[in-house]
Amino acid sequence: MGSYRWNWPILLADPYYGWIVSGFGNTCLIAVLAWSIAFPLGSAIGIARTTELRPLRLVGTIYVEVFRNIPLLAQMFLWYFVVPELLPQDWGHWVKRDMPYPQFLTSVLCLGLYTASRVAEQVRSGLEAIPRGQHHAGLAMGLTPAQVYRYVRLPVAYRIIIPSLTSDFLGVFKNSSLALTIGVLELTSQARQIEEYTFAAFEAFATATLLYCAVTGIVILAMRQVERRTRIPGTIAIGAQ
Amino acid sequence: MIELKNVSKWYGEFRVLDDCSMRIAKGEVVVICGPSGSGKSTLIKCMNGLEPFTRGEVTIDGISVGAPDTQLPRLRARIGMVFQNFELFPHMSAAANINLAQLKVLGRDRATAQAKTDELLARMGLADHATKFPAQLSGGQQQRVAIARALAMDPIAMLFDEPTSALDPEMITEVLDVMVGLADEGMTMAVVTHEMGFARKVAHRVVFMDEGAIIEDASTAAFFGTPRSERAQQFLSKILQH
Ligand SMILES: Nc1ncnc2c1ncn2[C@@H]1O[C@H](COP(=O)(O)OP(=O)(O)OP(=O)(O)O)[C@@H](O)[C@H]1O
Ligand SMILES: [Mg+2]
Repeated sequence: MGSYRWNWPILLADPYYGWIVSGFGNTCLIAVLAWSIAFPLGSAIGIARTTELRPLRLVGTIYVEVFRNIPLLAQMFLWYFVVPELLPQDWGHWVKRDMPYPQFLTSVLCLGLYTASRVAEQVRSGLEAIPRGQHHAGLAMGLTPAQVYRYVRLPVAYRIIIPSLTSDFLGVFKNSSLALTIGVLELTSQARQIEEYTFAAFEAFATATLLYCAVTGIVILAMRQVERRTRIPGTIAIGAQ
Repeated sequence: MIELKNVSKWYGEFRVLDDCSMRIAKGEVVVICGPSGSGKSTLIKCMNGLEPFTRGEVTIDGISVGAPDTQLPRLRARIGMVFQNFELFPHMSAAANINLAQLKVLGRDRATAQAKTDELLARMGLADHATKFPAQLSGGQQQRVAIARALAMDPIAMLFDEPTSALDPEMITEVLDVMVGLADEGMTMAVVTHEMGFARKVAHRVVFMDEGAIIEDASTAAFFGTPRSERAQQFLSKILQH
């Protein structure tokens, strides 16, 4: 890069510094909000797929297959451009005219629902890794099936899948960059905007990359702590093998 | 107390239980034995509704296990069950395992539950192990915790499915001793086991199963005297060899 003119200080100048901060803030916010849809919804669907109730299992399977197999980018466009047209007229109007932050909320919803299908698969595999005898032991002492999930199966299943849930959370964090396709000013799109205004492409994208990496590192370290704290005494990190 | 009437169960074409009838009276100890795959586990799990059955009737204290309006959790809370693989909950300490159903099913307050738990752990010789987790206990200790966990519910009967067959020989006695103690106290017990010494010592009756059917249901003395069926004789001679 012999002729590249480095210009790091530009990133601290007005308004570019603010763009990076707000882009980073939006990225984090999208990821956290999407995860707070994905985690409970995905857990519920994963549980549904392991129950004895056939209709529930079917609903769970359909959900996972649909959301996992449509490319995420296509889902983003479907939610933003197509779904409002399919809604009943008043709702469609509301979504298109009055809903606040339409791009932002649409991308949160889209990422949340997509990630839920991944969480569901993790939760299901965690539950299925638990021997059936545990379920029987819980029932035999008078717990209801719901209580067996609550006190016996889920606490162990979540411990098993901490590593894969961590990568799903990082996935939603990275996938949040797709929100730029419908016009959300998150980190990647702010970096692109800075590049357009200042030609400091390398600086802008390097900063964005560093921020993504920093969050990834922090999340991994934090989840290791969670893993350590919840490790079952006497066992060697279950699930990690 | 526990009564099975013409219970049959199919897995598709395969008949796991073939018209099984038996009764266990209050205070009675019944040993169930038979070759592997003969349906012993299935039979004992029908007694508390863990296995649904296709035909017949199971009643506990006059309450039908298979009836759609029976509240199975409430019924099961009164019947203790002990499994071959202990099935302690790995993420809970020994004490927490014993507390769980007392708190969540019986609704005991924590102090009452803990007092009961301490008493049972002491009785099992495990007072020093209350805070240990299952993976930190030996097989024999785990199985005694599992027995304590079942007893904590003040059950009217106890079901055992091969409680010692996953244990190293030196640990079998410590578990059998506890079970003998329970029998001596008059606990109603159904025990699937190949421990014929235990059967001789405490069982009132022995039930022999083969291919899903109850072939023999005799008093202990009669069973070990001269089993009527040839299959039971063969089974006994094989088992008593070691
Ligand atoms: N879910 C199932 N589907 C089909 N067949 C089954 C199922 N569960 C058990 N069986 C069959 O039913 C038969 C009885 O099983 P069961 O576990 O009751 O035998 P058991 O007498 O307890 O044997 P063991 O001494 O090995 O414990 C076996 O032949 C087994 O293969
Ligand atoms: Mg068995």
